[in-house]
Amino acid sequence: MSARNSDRHYGWVAIVLHWFMAPAIIGMFALGWWMRQLSYYDPWYRQGPELHKGIGILLLALLVFRLLWKWLNPAPAAEPRTPRWQALAARAAHGAIYLLLLAIMISGYLISTADGRAIEVFGWFSVPATIQGIANQEDIAGEIHEILAWTLMALVALHALAALKHHFIDRDGTLRKILGLHPKSVSSDNYPQPKATLTSATTTTSK
Amino acid sequence: MKKLAVFLFAALLGATAQAAEYKIDTKGAHAFIQFRIKHLGYSWLYGRFDDFDGSFYYDDKAPEKSSVNVNIDVTSLNSNHAERDKHLRSADFLDTAKFPSATFKSTGFEPQGDGMAKLTGELTLRGVTKPITIDVTNIGGGKDPWGGYRQGFTGTAEFELKDFGIDYNLGPASQKVEMILDIEGIKI
Ligand code: HEM
Repeated sequence: MSARNSDRHYGWVAIVLHWFMAPAIIGMFALGWWMRQLSYYDPWYRQGPELHKGIGILLLALLVFRLLWKWLNPAPAAEPRTPRWQALAARAAHGAIYLLLLAIMISGYLISTADGRAIEVFGWFSVPATIQGIANQEDIAGEIHEILAWTLMALVALHALAALKHHFIDRDGTLRKILGLHPKSVSSDNYPQPKATLTSATTTTSK
Repeated sequence: MKKLAVFLFAALLGATAQAAEYKIDTKGAHAFIQFRIKHLGYSWLYGRFDDFDGSFYYDDKAPEKSSVNVNIDVTSLNSNHAERDKHLRSADFLDTAKFPSATFKSTGFEPQGDGMAKLTGELTLRGVTKPITIDVTNIGGGKDPWGGYRQGFTGTAEFELKDFGIDYNLGPASQKVEMILDIEGIKI
């Protein structure tokens, strides 16, 4: 598999980024939500936020790389039978997910650095404060962080449901593409049959 | 007639030179509303409210007539740590989104001699109004170098967090909070 995307396939870099970041981001939501309920005497009361901030900063770096990579590697075309409005909606949703992620990460950063403190990333390096001292910055940034995190989760749910719909209802190759599998050939003859031999998983739809 | 009025007014001013209404000097930041609470029982943690205003009446000939009113912007809480401030303003503690201000209105002032007194009043915090007593000491008063007249006090008070509906558990040593109040007023 090539590292770069082609007009039919995702390259492995995009695939690895997608499947590494997706669980990490959902995990970050769960961790953020959970750590806020911890009692003062809970051993995780301090570690939870440390972990959340550390992973968050690393994810921010990864997101920046991912956006650069995406800019240099346009996504493969939508599956041929996808209605135009759906293809546009999908692109809008993907764009919104990236924007939300960026806004969530920046607002999170602005909570912790509101007093000029740097964010420690696992004692490995620290990210200094930049914008600080806005009146009640930590509260405003916190409010934004929370609302956008919930919005993101709603959009992620929609995104996943759409992928499942493509796979099970439209029976097209959308989900297989991001899994790095060959496009499915059964549901349409829009695609020329791939030359490579199909794995058993992809050929079991004989009727 | 007009002259008489001016004369009476001047006489009144003279007579009330010591008995006067003072505006708390928050503009010049010669007033501090601080609190402290024990951290785990091992040390004191200090915080303050940066924005408040108020006034008091004080007559050194009749101190028992003193009274004071203060409005505090609770969202201005500052303990030198943004994440902690966010937590203290949240519903776990002061719930400032719902209760953005606190007030203190005095109901009595009992001089104890030596410039000391017990100031009683109603504190409204987090939507709860409860009487509290502040131990007050008059530190001094007199002319300032810029043509004004000032009077200053220090005071301490203590209450339980749960008295004002805060039941977040900070541990057995941290049930009580102490208020440390320092105000200087400029005669209006
Ligand atoms: C993948 C991205 C992220 C997601 C999905 C996420 C999600 C969340 C959620 C759901 C909360 C709880 C909100 C609440 O209930 O008030 C939260 C809180 C928080 N997050 Fe994030 N977060 C992300 C990235 C970051 C980053 C990059 C930082 C900072 C470097 C950060 C710092 C914080 C802080 C300081 C809190 C507040 C905790 C508190 O007030 O108790 N987050 N996050």
